Amino acid sequence: MSFKLEQVSSVVGGNTHIYPLDLTLTAGSLNVLLGPTQAGKTSLMRLMAGLDKPTTGDISWNGDRMNDVPVQKRNIAMVYQQFINYPAMTVYENIASPLRIRGLSNKAIDKKVMEASELMKLTPMLQRKPLELSGGQQQRCALARALVKDADLVLLDEPLANLDYKLREELREEMPKIFTESGAVFVYATTEPTEALLLGGNTVAMSEGRIAQFGKTLDVYRNPKDMTTARVFSEPPMNFLKITKQGGELHVQGEQTRTATGAFTTLDNGQYTVGIRPNHLMLHRPSDDALAIEVTVSVVEITGSESFVHLLHGDQRWVSLAHGIHHPESGSTLTVYVDPSNAYIFDENEQMVRAPELAKVA
Amino acid sequence: MKVTKSGMVMFLYILFLMLPIYWLLNMSLKTNNEILNSFSLWPQNLTFENYMTIFTDKSWYSGYINSITYVLMNTVISICVALPAAYAFSRYRFMGDKHLFFWLLTNRMAPPAVFALPFFQLYSSVGLFDTHIAVALAHCLFNVPLAVWILEGFMSGVPKEIDETAYLDGYSFTRFFTRIFMPLIASGIGVVAFFCFMFSWVELLLARTLTSVVAKPIAATMTRTVSAAGMDWGVLAAAGILTIVPGALVIYFVRNYIAKGFALGRV
Repeated sequence: MSFKLEQVSSVVGGNTHIYPLDLTLTAGSLNVLLGPTQAGKTSLMRLMAGLDKPTTGDISWNGDRMNDVPVQKRNIAMVYQQFINYPAMTVYENIASPLRIRGLSNKAIDKKVMEASELMKLTPMLQRKPLELSGGQQQRCALARALVKDADLVLLDEPLANLDYKLREELREEMPKIFTESGAVFVYATTEPTEALLLGGNTVAMSEGRIAQFGKTLDVYRNPKDMTTARVFSEPPMNFLKITKQGGELHVQGEQTRTATGAFTTLDNGQYTVGIRPNHLMLHRPSDDALAIEVTVSVVEITGSESFVHLLHGDQRWVSLAHGIHHPESGSTLTVYVDPSNAYIFDENEQMVRAPELAKVA
Repeated sequence: MKVTKSGMVMFLYILFLMLPIYWLLNMSLKTNNEILNSFSLWPQNLTFENYMTIFTDKSWYSGYINSITYVLMNTVISICVALPAAYAFSRYRFMGDKHLFFWLLTNRMAPPAVFALPFFQLYSSVGLFDTHIAVALAHCLFNVPLAVWILEGFMSGVPKEIDETAYLDGYSFTRFFTRIFMPLIASGIGVVAFFCFMFSWVELLLARTLTSVVAKPIAATMTRTVSAAGMDWGVLAAAGILTIVPGALVIYFVRNYIAKGFALGRV
């Protein structure tokens, strides 16, 4: 049981939304489409659903070509970021509608609707109209409708983006459980790396209409193939530093030359870009090997347990995520530290050369 | 009760507005003799004779039946034609869609008199002259563009995702359109029905040009009441009151949506 895209692309009015890509998703799997807005997540989902026709390539389900099968005949459920329900029908009829179309008996419909509404905590509101519900309830209604269908492919396009934080946490926990149990291929689009990590499963990192990397979520997080994936899969954004290794010396862009230390000593001579996650950009020296870099403070955001210290290194914007409350004055100079063993190292072609040692990446 | 300044203004405004209608009602309940020979603020000898004349004389009441027949035909035709057209304009992008959409409205810019001659000649030659459908079709010239504009506004207010969700749920296009989409734009359809009804009901020129006996509208009947015995004022007034009634009834039912309708659904 698998859902397969082969060389699928989409060109609309001369603009390429999706460059030719291959992707195979297996039944019962949870797949997160991760990428910033405009990365092509929604375009890709619409191609998967059959709402848009691919310009090239084939979409197949268990080896059967699906390109020309009309949307109505495919067994697909989709939930949008906006809360989409049928406003003229009650919540009960909304959830029942796909089953009515299939011509199930009233008794069977009632049983399924009751199950789904129980799961989505909608039972007390079944006789109300969707627009009389709160945003979270409306979205749960849409999810319930997707759930009763027993669809082969469930597409969720940023379903939690418009919900408040409490509801998001609740639904984020329940949804994958509910849907993956049904054995469907489950695709979840999000712009937030944190959400991808929380959901687990597989991650498809997307950028500008291309798949940057596809694999187990943690693998993609720990071993980004290139700088694009690293950029997509880091929140706040990853900090980049250009270095040149020559013999035992390390030339750091905009800094003095220094002796290579730690993991940098084993690098071949050449130019590299070092990627540092914000939580690894330290305000205090973590070890003797650490690379010290002078930066200017621009803004500090304090969330309570953590502080986001926005920094300028030359013309590069950096962020350091530090535990506790730190409030260096903006405009002041600060020394930050990078432990070589925590650094992602990319070559001149932005391909990853070396990931941080696993044990140290918490 | 305190009388405020703005309350007075309102009262006077309503008074002036209602005066002609009251006078019409007043006349319709008087005898011709009283209308012509005395001035009275209300009927001295209350009579329903004028109304009885209209309800019993075929040449009078058939005028109402004819009018209502072609008005209803026109309303139904206009809505049936405009629904798919408006859906296409609101959902699909095709070559020249914006120009076509604007061009539709320009049809309303020409005075009906311009179209009277071609319609008259065309309908005479194909045998449609003096039929209800002839007037109903002629009025489509004005009502279909308006209906398309109003419905397009209402339809564009419905997110496209609802269509897609319905297709994904397995709805066929027709089933989706009738079960899900039409209830959502029901108020729009109501407003369109009202506008079609109103324009068709008050339109006189085309209706009179294209009919003679069989499908003669009430407005035409009213303009031909001069008899050898002079004007029949009372009956004419009663006919006037009865002409207002259907329009007032329709307005009553769609009163909450008219403002949105005048804004072509784009509120």
